[in-house]
Amino acid sequence: MRISGLYARRRAVNGVYLALSVAATATGLAVLFLILWTLLRNGIPALGSDLFTETTPPPGSRGGIANAIYGSVVMTLVATLVGTPVGVLTGTYLAEFGAGSRIAPVVRFVNDILLSAPSIIIGLFVYELMVVRMGHFSAWAGSAALAILVVPVVVRTTEDMLRLVPGSLREAAAALGAPQWKVIAAVIYRAALQGMLTGVMLAVARIAGETAPLLFTALNNQFWSADMNGPMANLPVVIFQFALSPYADWQVLAWGGATLITIAVLMLNILARALASWSNRSP
Amino acid sequence: MTADTSLTAAPPRAPTLGRPVVRPQEPAAVAQTAPKVVIKDVHFYYKAYEALKGISLALHDKRVTAFIGPSGCGKSTLLRILNRIYELYPGQRATGEVLVDGNNILDPGQDLNLLRAKIGMVFQKPTPFPMSIYDNVAFGIRLYERTSTSELDERVENALRRAALWDEVKDKLRQSGLSLSGGQQQRLCIARAIAVKPEILLLDEPASALDPISTQRIEELIGELKSDYCIAIVTHNMQQAARSSDYTAFMYLGELVEYSETETIFTHPREKQTEDYITGRFG
Repeated sequence: MRISGLYARRRAVNGVYLALSVAATATGLAVLFLILWTLLRNGIPALGSDLFTETTPPPGSRGGIANAIYGSVVMTLVATLVGTPVGVLTGTYLAEFGAGSRIAPVVRFVNDILLSAPSIIIGLFVYELMVVRMGHFSAWAGSAALAILVVPVVVRTTEDMLRLVPGSLREAAAALGAPQWKVIAAVIYRAALQGMLTGVMLAVARIAGETAPLLFTALNNQFWSADMNGPMANLPVVIFQFALSPYADWQVLAWGGATLITIAVLMLNILARALASWSNRSP
Repeated sequence: MTADTSLTAAPPRAPTLGRPVVRPQEPAAVAQTAPKVVIKDVHFYYKAYEALKGISLALHDKRVTAFIGPSGCGKSTLLRILNRIYELYPGQRATGEVLVDGNNILDPGQDLNLLRAKIGMVFQKPTPFPMSIYDNVAFGIRLYERTSTSELDERVENALRRAALWDEVKDKLRQSGLSLSGGQQQRLCIARAIAVKPEILLLDEPASALDPISTQRIEELIGELKSDYCIAIVTHNMQQAARSSDYTAFMYLGELVEYSETETIFTHPREKQTEDYITGRFG
């Protein structure tokens, strides 16, 4: 019975691969839950109202991280507002206009490098470009560094999402006499909108937790400051600084900040997924 | 106006299986009309591959011309030359002349968008845009005309009525075009194509993805529309060609084998190859 022998072997191989896959998945999930568990166990007690209303205190006194929350929100917002249009337009060029051009593959390649570039390099780059010339750290420089991180993510997702739109839709719109920009703006963007939004969300989630580029640019500020032209507090750097400090009350604040940022990023990811699945049902 | 009222040109008839059916009750000769499109020695290349090897024929106004032939014979390619939609893809080119009302549309100086606005096209797969039913139909009109809201409403309604879709969608014009069934989507695409009042309609296997009932509605629709348009239809379905066309062109390996009145092609084909194809001996 050659066939049943072959079949038995296939079943055995299938079993081995299944076991390996399950083990790998379980390991990944276990690590993830361990991190989340540690974070929540230490972070939840730190989430008091002070956290959201008080500014970062000197060691030994009461305080919160309101200034850092504000700084993170503002710099993330500015970076997203600046980086998204650049990313969307570049992605559009790569997917729609660049076909057959020689520049497009180069742009795509450089973008991929930028996508995987260590963020500390981006921080140093902006430090040289802006901080050194302006003579001081500033929230503008921080936003610029984060914007540079937004661009490659948005470029990549925009291009991928536009490529997923079937060519028949482009043909159908062009066959009605629509010029190319109209085809893209009125039809293709609409078809790819939710996917592109998901990409922006992912970019926001990524920069919300970046520490390295801000260390060299926005630095930190112990006080409340809404001045974009000066140093500004932000969650990642505060967490970095406070967690490394020897003071217990600072460490509690760091746990609180870490929990806050994790929850925010988690919400953004869930929102991105919800948007994506909503688009799959009916745009 | 429902689909059953004005069928003087093509009486409704249940889809017939088996050998192609001809229409014995109609006169053998189709009344001649002026040629709307004159194709002269057209060659087409996908990069170096010659897909069309010198096609010459004339499409008559207010008549339906069917293109039949086995897969890869070039019938869809020929259709895609008539509105130069192939130019969306680099590496494809056509030589020869295609005169529409005496004006060579292969001339490089042609404005492609204006040309395509005059020549409607419907594709194999329904391609509703991701927008409301109303906006789908209004899309083409808005491209080239400034109309008042009431006039636009009227144009949209007329197009949907002509496409025999109005009664099914009149209460849900604001719903997404993607919410319709496949057959309805295809009629929506036909409505969209005729809403811009084109002179020529190109149908590329418009019913091949549809069920028999939707197919029958599309065929009835073709019979109605031909009183106003010059229609070219590519089909794999010989019964469909026999039922809905006045002229039939049989193509094979990039060449036009035989072109004549549909009745003649299906009863007394001149060429052995044509006879073999329509009787199902090859293809």
